[in-house]
Amino acid sequence: MEAIKTEALSRYFGGLTATNGVSLEIAEGDRRAIIGPNGAGKTTLFNLISGFLFPSSGRIHLFGIDVTTTPIHKRIGLGLSRTFQVTNLFPNLTLFDAILLGVQALNHAWLCFYRPIKSFQGMMRQTEGFLKEWDLWEKKEILIKNLSYGEQRMVEVIVALATRPRLLLLDEPTAGLSSAETALMVSIIKRLPRDITIVLIEHDMDVAFEIAEQITVLHFGAVIAEGTPEQIRGNPRVTEIYLG
Amino acid sequence: MKTEKYSRVVKSPLLFLGIPLLFLILFLPSLVSNYYVGLAIQILVMAIFATSLNLLVGYTGLPSLGHAAYFGVAGYAAGFLYLAGMKNLWLMIILGMGLGAITAAIFGLLAIRAKGPYFLIITLALAQVLWAIAFKWRSLTGGDDGLPGIGRPEIGLGINLKADPHFYYLTWVIFLLFLLAFSILINSPFGHTLRGIRESESRMKALGCNVWLYKYLAFIFAGSLAGISGVLWVCYDGFVNPSNLGINLSITGLLMLILGGGGSLYGPALGAGIIVLLENIVSGFTERWSLCLGMIYIVVIMLFPEGIFSVMRRGR
Amino acid sequence: MAFWILQTLNGLSFSMLLFLIAAGFTLIFGLMKIINIAHGSFYLLSAYIGLTILHATGSFLLALAAGSLAAVILGIVMESFFLRRFHMKDLQQVLLTFGFVLVISDLCLWIWGGNPQTLPIPSGFEGSIWIAGMVFPIYRLLVILLGVLFAIGLWIFQEKTKIGAIVRAGVDDEEMLRGSGINIQMVFAAVFALGALLAGLGGIIGGPFVGVFPGVDIWILLLALVVVIIGGVGSLKGAFVGSLLVGLIDNFGKALFPQFSLFTIFAPMAIILAIRPSGIFGRLEK
Repeated sequence: MEAIKTEALSRYFGGLTATNGVSLEIAEGDRRAIIGPNGAGKTTLFNLISGFLFPSSGRIHLFGIDVTTTPIHKRIGLGLSRTFQVTNLFPNLTLFDAILLGVQALNHAWLCFYRPIKSFQGMMRQTEGFLKEWDLWEKKEILIKNLSYGEQRMVEVIVALATRPRLLLLDEPTAGLSSAETALMVSIIKRLPRDITIVLIEHDMDVAFEIAEQITVLHFGAVIAEGTPEQIRGNPRVTEIYLG
Repeated sequence: MKTEKYSRVVKSPLLFLGIPLLFLILFLPSLVSNYYVGLAIQILVMAIFATSLNLLVGYTGLPSLGHAAYFGVAGYAAGFLYLAGMKNLWLMIILGMGLGAITAAIFGLLAIRAKGPYFLIITLALAQVLWAIAFKWRSLTGGDDGLPGIGRPEIGLGINLKADPHFYYLTWVIFLLFLLAFSILINSPFGHTLRGIRESESRMKALGCNVWLYKYLAFIFAGSLAGISGVLWVCYDGFVNPSNLGINLSITGLLMLILGGGGSLYGPALGAGIIVLLENIVSGFTERWSLCLGMIYIVVIMLFPEGIFSVMRRGR
Repeated sequence: MAFWILQTLNGLSFSMLLFLIAAGFTLIFGLMKIINIAHGSFYLLSAYIGLTILHATGSFLLALAAGSLAAVILGIVMESFFLRRFHMKDLQQVLLTFGFVLVISDLCLWIWGGNPQTLPIPSGFEGSIWIAGMVFPIYRLLVILLGVLFAIGLWIFQEKTKIGAIVRAGVDDEEMLRGSGINIQMVFAAVFALGALLAGLGGIIGGPFVGVFPGVDIWILLLALVVVIIGGVGSLKGAFVGSLLVGLIDNFGKALFPQFSLFTIFAPMAIILAIRPSGIFGRLEK
């Protein structure tokens, strides 16, 4: 069963075609990168798949289920998770509280209103576990907005992983990172278990080619090439759109 | 949260002032005239109102401009009950909370889908609708003149609330119970969810949270809690009129949050104290107190746009 | 039959007044996202000043000019010295403009007292005329005419002039406007002044039949909100259609169901909010 299957997915904004008849199939366990020049519609595609935008036409299936008109939180319930191109965390919460929200998500514990959250030992320990696993326990009291950019980018991925997803959409995870931070991020992504399907938007071609086993190239919202990194590297059309 | 650290810091000097403050609170009626006891009562009731509003503004990031609607609806309900012969305060409070919740449930359905300034306009318009209805429906609400003659309700146990000092102690008890319930609420997982929504709605959605639903619940809780203050006010004042539903009260509530700080448990109460005292001092000096207050508010916003304790935050 | 026509006329004249006020509010909100709680204060100030000038000079036209000028000056002062630094900060704008409401309303109360007043109908337009066997108050007809003229004028401004195009673009996408190199401060100030002007005109034109009294500023604000919510924020077309709806429904409501007159205005608003929250011609926020 495919993790993601889209059929002739299109999205228009007034006169602008952001996504143009994209038909995509990504199998479970795949490592897929979506690349293309600026404005190719990569993030729009992520927004469509995750439900932040509804398509103008076409259909989307996640794990065999038609989610074309399903709200975001229900798609997350199917095992989807994503990061954002611009770091999207909780600026005025501590790192602990931010991860705790991820743990709440995991336990579907949004609603209880008559007990202090700190009394939920299980969730407290899970949060502690996450922080220690990522070596961030020392920083648990720091406000998210006071973390360095690189740390925030990392937390962006950690929070997305907190819900134990089976499908992870990473939107330019290495954007703005130093080469050391980029190498670290790449190794983290490569070490993720195979039961998570990973789809990656990347501007950094080296990162994309290193992580992905299959690459989809978008241009003006449409798929113009698909294949292994070698095939894409050798594809003259792809070179043309990047240089032209 | 930075401001949670702030309120931890503030607590230590409070402990030093604690004993004399406690003394002042317990013996206020014996120390000062009824006028000041009345002021204290007003501050406590407004503190409940402002704190309930803060659930929306400070904790969830929903800047509601129509909070007086729930205050006023509960107040009118208390008035109707009393004038119909049902003088039990607990009944009034339960009904007031229930009606506050129902009104918030209706308004929430209409308002919550809107974002940012649209949400402000809609909440304002909805509350103004109620105000206009109370104003025009003379046969039911007495119109602009309101409903006078609402005496102090009964609370059983043979305690007479007619004396201001008795009402004062009762208000303290209710205020403390309210504060306890409120702090449990905001420290619960639900409260944590609300904070997450305030900081980033889209991130919360990406975590699988049904953001609309929790905003809606926050709205209903806030409306219900505001109802408590609406009932108490009418029972203290002896009178209910359209201004209990009015824009003046809704915006004054927001001002209390900006002055006292929306990021801590006690901030809104502090703001309530400042505004009630300010209003009383200024109106004691001049007939043009409205003009003076307006100028003061303008100056304060210009000087402290982020609030004196800088905690008005909204995320997306 | 005559009853219906007369009621329609009354409703239409009220609609035109609403249009002036709502158009101003929707322009300001649509372009700058400013919620001007003091929008009714333009009406209030203009009406009182117009009243004084009218009593002093006997000229309705002078009163119109003076009142509108006062409103425009107030608007320019508010925007340039106070509101400008709170761009996109809704709460601060609300609190600030509310401060102005208190100041203006109390000043007016102090100077002009608490008695409700109406402006006399300008000479030459009093009385009624007979058309097709029915009696129509001339002034009401004049108001309808003025309203339609203003609507056309505003439409021309928005659709056919360069500034209008800038405003339209800005309502849709402010970023684009900022990037275009046009002096955005001037545009904002001008639009705010225009909004104030329209509300100020409303204060004088509406003077003879709505009048002016302490508290009218809040009523005017409420009516503007209802019209704008129904018609859609930022849309002049919406303000026009919304005003027509509200004015006619209000008038017929009062005539047919006097005790429920308020529900007849607010029911449409609730219905619109339930089924199409952005208003009839509005656009949902991105």
